[in-house]
Amino acid sequence: MTLTVNTAAALALGDDALVLSHRLGEWAGHAPVLEEEVALANIALDLLGQARVLLSMAGDEDELAYLREERAFRNLQLVEQPGGDFAHTIARQLYFSTYQRLLYTQLAAGESEFAPLAAKAVKEVAYHQDHAEQWTLRLGDGTDASHDRMSRACEALWRFTGEMFQPVEGVDIDWEGMRAAWLESVGATLLRATLSVPEGPQSGAWTAGAGRQGLHTESFGRMLAEMQHLHRSHPGASW
Amino acid sequence: MVTATALEEELRRLAGSVLDPELPVLTLDDLGVLRAVHVRGEDSVEVELTPTYTGCPAVEAMSMDIERVLHEHGIRDVSVRTVLSPAWSTDDISDEGRRKLREFGIAPPRGGRPAGPVTLDLGPTRTAATEPEPEPVRCPSCGSADTELLSRFSSTACKALRRCLSCREPFDHFKEL
Repeated sequence: MTLTVNTAAALALGDDALVLSHRLGEWAGHAPVLEEEVALANIALDLLGQARVLLSMAGDEDELAYLREERAFRNLQLVEQPGGDFAHTIARQLYFSTYQRLLYTQLAAGESEFAPLAAKAVKEVAYHQDHAEQWTLRLGDGTDASHDRMSRACEALWRFTGEMFQPVEGVDIDWEGMRAAWLESVGATLLRATLSVPEGPQSGAWTAGAGRQGLHTESFGRMLAEMQHLHRSHPGASW
Repeated sequence: MVTATALEEELRRLAGSVLDPELPVLTLDDLGVLRAVHVRGEDSVEVELTPTYTGCPAVEAMSMDIERVLHEHGIRDVSVRTVLSPAWSTDDISDEGRRKLREFGIAPPRGGRPAGPVTLDLGPTRTAATEPEPEPVRCPSCGSADTELLSRFSSTACKALRRCLSCREPFDHFKEL
């Protein structure tokens, strides 16, 4: 399948939203408190809405979500990482929502076909980022146990953050400027939360940095199997 | 003879009177999500609808209700198109809509302020505002301005969960977007 540039870009951004939406949905029934259950499901729903718009720009949304193989997905490896403990989910939310807000802010100011969605979604993502930052502060500057867990989660996911700033073909924004703004924002939140900015590389490890090229980490295949199973078992079924 | 414009106005009024399936006290006009009604030919109408949130699941029910109402009015071919731009904002909710929300027990969004989350800091157990907000969220039951945020997300993505510190009643707040 040959993709035109903008279709490839719509897939990359749409897959990020779809996959993270599914990962957040996995918390349903498992979140630490009821309010969080509702918050994570609402964030997942916002992301699903964005995914539907973006994937529809690239083709049939259902076919793209449910009938593609693992290697055809273009999402960041960060978003496919398993939920882990609550701290891992919050660290992933902090890294990703900060990235997505900066990305959509730039896209909303441009004139590409992504501008209308970005202008709308950036307001939703502002709430996601606020949610993640507040939890980062509470967990980092909380008990010894919550501090340790949050610290471990931030370290563990750090190596997946470099991939966010690999230019996506067809997305015309200032990627290096975005990396600097991301580091400043995330760094300030981590410091306020009494956590340190991880020192390891942001990419370069053998597993990190290739989601945009269709290379994914081990758990992604299992996630897709669960996500696609119903649709594949009952092709064409409707409510 | 009815001109196209007069017909469009009438159809727009009909479509605008459809109720929001999630907040059945509000019409689509109150909510400000109905963007346009175009008569495209005899018996053919195109309606432009904008979602409150990108992932709002109510859009499909709204579209079906608009189609039903216009079919009942004799329009055979109704297509409802979702438009994203310009992005919907809570400022699009009418004064009448705000009044209805309050009566329904939902604190309406505050108007005339930049959209986005309010900066908050964490108290020992709850989120607390770092500085007094310029316009407090009032309790829809007793009217007190002394309310606190319990969660940024509530029964739907467009609402936050708060509690009144005067009458102790928890309530939803249609948050600013």
